Amino acid sequence: MKKFTLEEFLDLLKKYNVEEIEGVKIEGDLEIELEGSSIDLSAIAPLYSMLSEFGNFLYHANMALGYLQRLSAALGIPTPFAAQPQLAPAAPAAPEAAPEVEEIKLPTELVRAKFEPYKEEYPNKIEEVVLGATKADGGSREYTITLGGERSLAFYTFDAPQPHLPAIAIDVFDRRPMLAKAVRTHYEDVLDNPAEWAKKCVKKFGADLVTLHLISTDPLLDDTPASEAVKVLEDVLQAVKCPIIVGGSGNKEKDPEVLEKAAEVAEGERIMLASATLDMDWERIANAAKKYGHVVLSWTQMDINNQKTLNRYLLKRVEVPRNSIVMDPTTAALGYGLDYAFTNMERIRISGLKGDTDLNFPISSGTTNAWGAREAWMVDSPIEEDTPWGPRELRGPIWEIITGLTLSLAGVDLFMMMHPIAVAVLKEVFNTLGGNVKESVADPGEWIFMEV
Amino acid sequence: MKVKSPLEVYNYLPRTNCGECGFDTCMSFAAHIIDRSVTPLDCKPLVEEAEKDPKAKKKLEELLELTAPEIAEVVIGVGENAVKIGGEEVLHRHELTFFNPTGFFYDVWDTMDDKTLEERCDRVVSYKKFYVGNFLTLDGFAVRCTSGDPKRYREVVKKVASYGKPMILVALDPECMEAALEEVADQRPLMYAATEGNWKEFLKMALEYKVPVTLRAKDLDVLKSMAVTFKQAGVKDIVLDPVTEPLGEGLKGTFERVIQLRRTAIAGQDKDVAYPIMITPIAAWLIEGDEVTKSYWEAVIASMFIVKYGDVMIFRSLDQHVVMPTITLRFNIYTDPRTPVQVEPGLRAINDPGPDDPVFITTNFALTYYTVESDLTSGGIKGWLLVLNTEGLGVEVSVAGGQFTASKVKELIEETKIEEKVNHKYLVIPGLAARLQGAIEDETGWKVLVGPMDSGRIKGWLEKNWPPKEKE
Repeated sequence: MKKFTLEEFLDLLKKYNVEEIEGVKIEGDLEIELEGSSIDLSAIAPLYSMLSEFGNFLYHANMALGYLQRLSAALGIPTPFAAQPQLAPAAPAAPEAAPEVEEIKLPTELVRAKFEPYKEEYPNKIEEVVLGATKADGGSREYTITLGGERSLAFYTFDAPQPHLPAIAIDVFDRRPMLAKAVRTHYEDVLDNPAEWAKKCVKKFGADLVTLHLISTDPLLDDTPASEAVKVLEDVLQAVKCPIIVGGSGNKEKDPEVLEKAAEVAEGERIMLASATLDMDWERIANAAKKYGHVVLSWTQMDINNQKTLNRYLLKRVEVPRNSIVMDPTTAALGYGLDYAFTNMERIRISGLKGDTDLNFPISSGTTNAWGAREAWMVDSPIEEDTPWGPRELRGPIWEIITGLTLSLAGVDLFMMMHPIAVAVLKEVFNTLGGNVKESVADPGEWIFMEV
Repeated sequence: MKVKSPLEVYNYLPRTNCGECGFDTCMSFAAHIIDRSVTPLDCKPLVEEAEKDPKAKKKLEELLELTAPEIAEVVIGVGENAVKIGGEEVLHRHELTFFNPTGFFYDVWDTMDDKTLEERCDRVVSYKKFYVGNFLTLDGFAVRCTSGDPKRYREVVKKVASYGKPMILVALDPECMEAALEEVADQRPLMYAATEGNWKEFLKMALEYKVPVTLRAKDLDVLKSMAVTFKQAGVKDIVLDPVTEPLGEGLKGTFERVIQLRRTAIAGQDKDVAYPIMITPIAAWLIEGDEVTKSYWEAVIASMFIVKYGDVMIFRSLDQHVVMPTITLRFNIYTDPRTPVQVEPGLRAINDPGPDDPVFITTNFALTYYTVESDLTSGGIKGWLLVLNTEGLGVEVSVAGGQFTASKVKELIEETKIEEKVNHKYLVIPGLAARLQGAIEDETGWKVLVGPMDSGRIKGWLEKNWPPKEKE
């Protein structure tokens, strides 16, 4: 059998003056298996373009093949194609090609379909908790912050309006804390003056609230007596007019005393006491909150059942009003357990919305924890094979942002943060998802073509 | 998947308990089909029967249909680098788990000069970030056609293909797309994108070249219409792009569209939109501002949709302040919450230590353990590492929660017989466990040294503190 090349085949076509083929419609593209690998791809091109002249584009490979076979059979020459053995019955097979054309006919119009979004409605609502009290309510704050009130998952405003966007509190300490360099830079001038520090947070960095951590009360640090420590709280209440959160040192024995004293001196201001935990005298802290009209932060270690237990103690045993409890289910940093923190909070939020009245309280996050991640503060990776980590000044804030952003999607209502850029970016995110940012990009598809 | 209980699956199985699948009983195998650790195709007798008997084949197909994931699974690329996207079952990870991590693709374009192109491709291919015992890497390239020239596009696509990573072909012009497909269709690239303007040509190409295709439309009626049209024409591998708008109301709208698509697919059982979702954080580069602003916002958009249903993404920035947080978040969100991330407690010898080398202790939380272990190993530190069973909790939490205690440390010291391996009794504890120093000394009789807060600093710490000044 004579083998011949495509070029020869094309020459043959020319020789027979094949310019027009009647009764054969060709659609789609050409996909031919060639026998042997000696034929280079460029030889396909002229064949392809020739066939295109006959009938738009080819669709099914076997159609193209069938066509060539019929053509070559008519011309009485064998083809180099794989399907060649079927050459003989090719002619009777020809009529079958016709219905196939019908079958692969492509739609010329879209099949119109309507998208019907699934609607989700929850039976319950997250409690609304007001922080701060204005003159009208016996305090001296210029404004109050309301947390909670959701009837849907965070920012699902297409399910139900979200009455309050998450608020951001910036941390202030009553003695120099250990801070990552990128954070410390922004507070260098106020580290020894909590009142000035608080002012800077509000005036310069846009904090909605300020959290004052009385860490000097820690017996292992300065062991400042409670009555002494709360003087700083009085200074801060004077210096800024935003709602205030007060934290202890984390010492289980000392915190109840410190927070009780804080509750006393801040009477009427509706501060939040941070925090009551299961392993300290939560009763004393909760009673102080109740007595002086404050809010209590119910803090557990990433355990939804413990969170239920502690909330129930506060509600049932101390009878803290439902509008005076906020939960901190614990924040772990991006890369350091964020998945646990996220899922724990998401479960708590969904349970609350579905009707668990032990869990339908606003959620708070100690987002500053993000700075514990080495990716946030270390100069570079300690792992040699790692791609270099790049400037840490840029890594740190984004670590805090992404930690906060992730948890905001789980339902966090209150963020305690530190880096001013992280605060600004998260606010922008909340305002965007909350529908307060009107501007938009004209053509969101421009990136497809942009030459940079 | 449609079935929820192993019993429903069990009825389709041979029920012989032959054990060929590696499980003792067919019921146990059925339970693993439900949790998606195996598929019906892992039952050899079932598959063999189906090959012989058309009736059995029909039954197997039924079972495959019943156990197919809620969201279609789409494969981009071929071979060991191929990326699987979609295949999700639930809206919230605690309901089961999320399965296929978001695919990360980085853009290159065909009007780039060759040198820049190569540099960028090299950066993508060589990217590595150590995390929990492994290196995280990037998935592939999105090759954009900015020249409008089919020949040039084809050339560049060919070049990028030589890196062996999966590709997304970004070209709205059918001619350019086809030129690229002629070159690399066998690499199974994802086409981006069919729109209301070009869908006919893209549908043809999807069928002809048998490659997955992205459908792009902001209007969800149009998007669904395209999906239905493509499916009816025989296209199975579909990805939906509801258009990522990077800013303001546009971004809010994007958030809504993405959630509605996924929720309607899973909770609303609308199979016509049950496909993987494409997000393009690269659109952040259309906003006003400097590079840091744009790249930060790119990380923000990406993170938002790593948490919420983005299955594949096209990125611009290769800067670490974008890649590191997003790649870490992806790992976190797609970690299976059903399996605790723990390692075996016990004793590990690091870098072939001797009797004079230090003894460290850490927890069996995988992240903590691998961090410490890799810091010691890559720092060339010889030492003994005690791994305490803290039930998979980290140092800080387990010290506070009572899983890291002096008496448990004592038990571990006894169990591992570390005293026989070293000629000293100094134990280095994590800085975050400092408060246990006294208790451990009392309980074990060992001298306890408080190490640094972060194991990355052990090397420097040892230079100052090891060997201990006053040896017993």
